[in-house]
Amino acid sequence: MTGPVLAARPDLDSGSVLPDLRKPPITKMQLVKYAGASGDYNLIHTDDETARTVGLDGVIAHGMLSMAFLGEYLCWLAGPDSVRRLSVRFVEMVRPGDTLTCRGRVKVRTSGNAGRHLQLEVWAENQRAERVTVGEAEVEIT
Amino acid sequence: MDHPASLSSELIGRESEVVVFEVERGAIRKFADAVQDQTPACVRGDVAPPTFPTTFRMTIPGVTFDLARVLHGAQEYRYERPLRAGDRVRCRVRVADVYRRQGRLGEMTFLILAMDGTDEAGSPLFTGTTTAILR
Repeated sequence: MTGPVLAARPDLDSGSVLPDLRKPPITKMQLVKYAGASGDYNLIHTDDETARTVGLDGVIAHGMLSMAFLGEYLCWLAGPDSVRRLSVRFVEMVRPGDTLTCRGRVKVRTSGNAGRHLQLEVWAENQRAERVTVGEAEVEIT
Repeated sequence: MDHPASLSSELIGRESEVVVFEVERGAIRKFADAVQDQTPACVRGDVAPPTFPTTFRMTIPGVTFDLARVLHGAQEYRYERPLRAGDRVRCRVRVADVYRRQGRLGEMTFLILAMDGTDEAGSPLFTGTTTAILR
């Protein structure tokens, strides 16, 4: 295991595209595990029958699961100690079988005494390149 | 079950009790496993993944709704430092705003919840803002 991606990339500046992180396909089992681990027992994520009663075709993933992917993305990019902010909007539904990829780009880079402060645009997109969860993040790399 | 219409701006400012949550190594590992988070410190259970505060669940008196009718619109977290195994986090959540707005699916109620977590000495660890949409 190597260190955070960005530690080795001092060249990244405003506008730079970040490397992406592709996650394994989402499974129903994962949604059950996430429900248990997070404490979000809303049955629209784990029970098709409940999902259909509210007009869905079947279960949908927790929005917070895709945000968790972006959280992992920031840790991979910058290291857990460097993550200062993550703010997202859930714009499209995610279903079992979807494969999400986390992507990002540097919006603003500022340098301080302590190191680099990067404002990032980050998003998770599905296998059809539709952005499902979009947001902003800030990391501080010392 | 309360109808979403019962959520009104009168709730703004209402708070949960302060609840102390212990960040357990096993809970971190279980969360990282569910997310398939490969961050080594999270896999070991030493450091909590950034969205771990979602596991700190609290209720605010008077704020009830039908879970199947709520959409999670947006979420923000700001961090002073990551949470670590063994941290005892003092949490509270309050209603920051309630408003109604016309959306794609008709009139919807937006509920904005503000959460904060401090260490036992009161130093800030994180804040969270949840936008829930009720239809």
